[in-house]
Amino acid sequence: MSLPSLPDLPRDDGGPVFREPWEAHAFALALTLHERGVFTWPEWADALGRAIAAARGRGDPDDGTTYYQHWLAALESLVAAKGVGTERELLHFREAWDRAAQRTPHGAPVALADADLAGPG
Amino acid sequence: MELRVRALETVLTQKGYVDPAALDELIDAYQTRVGPRNGARVVARAWVDAAFKDWLRRDATAAVASLGYQGRQGEHLVAVENSPGRHNMVVCTLCSCYPWPVLGLPPVWYKSTAYRARAVRDPRGVLADFGVTLPESTEIRVWDSTAEVRYLVIPERPPGTEGLDEEALAALVTRDSMIGTGLAGTPAP
Repeated sequence: MSLPSLPDLPRDDGGPVFREPWEAHAFALALTLHERGVFTWPEWADALGRAIAAARGRGDPDDGTTYYQHWLAALESLVAAKGVGTERELLHFREAWDRAAQRTPHGAPVALADADLAGPG
Repeated sequence: MELRVRALETVLTQKGYVDPAALDELIDAYQTRVGPRNGARVVARAWVDAAFKDWLRRDATAAVASLGYQGRQGEHLVAVENSPGRHNMVVCTLCSCYPWPVLGLPPVWYKSTAYRARAVRDPRGVLADFGVTLPESTEIRVWDSTAEVRYLVIPERPPGTEGLDEEALAALVTRDSMIGTGLAGTPAP
């Protein structure tokens, strides 16, 4: 097996570190929670390692492009394991943001409103 | 993904774990102010200052902190020096541990399975993919990072750079040369 897709990778200081804004946010959330003492860095590395292994088991290419998906999965699992936020809460807000995104015209910033939190009609 | 991150951020903000403004500040810092230039300055200093290089090899965490670069994760930094007979290369086979304070965030390929698996098994082949060919006699040492220990490669100072000052030298130090998948550049003629 050869090392694929090296050519289009950044070779110098240019090039974006994050491919999409959500990746940067997921990154910063993990650092912030660590600094708040929610988890230790070895705990984090362990959770991330397990998330990557689990994704590979499901056939993830694990070529670096899905890296922050694993990062986010690890973060969600640690947040739940540490009792910071439940899966139910995360799902609730995910649905609320989904509703907010649906009703927001293209190009306008998406913001949560009370109606989004209340649930569908 | 976007929605999942927003949901997580909202929950954490409401519970007081996260301040959105501080989050933006952190992201900005990593995108614009932290990066491989920090590492390049460390290497250039080591090239011109033998005492600093000695300190760096003995206690890289302290030596690097003296230049103002400190880790957020409390990790230990180890500097490994290339020489004519020895080339060093860094990988994290488990995930993607990386010396952020000096190199910023890792490139995509550093996080790939292909690199993580092959760096250990076939470092010479990986180097060839990066366009680096070393003499057969050069020993290649691969360092596997962990959550506690991160590595910084001190590349060899390129020939013909005797007259350059520290800043000009730092410009020759690429990110890849500090991971060990490249060599420090040569000055433009």
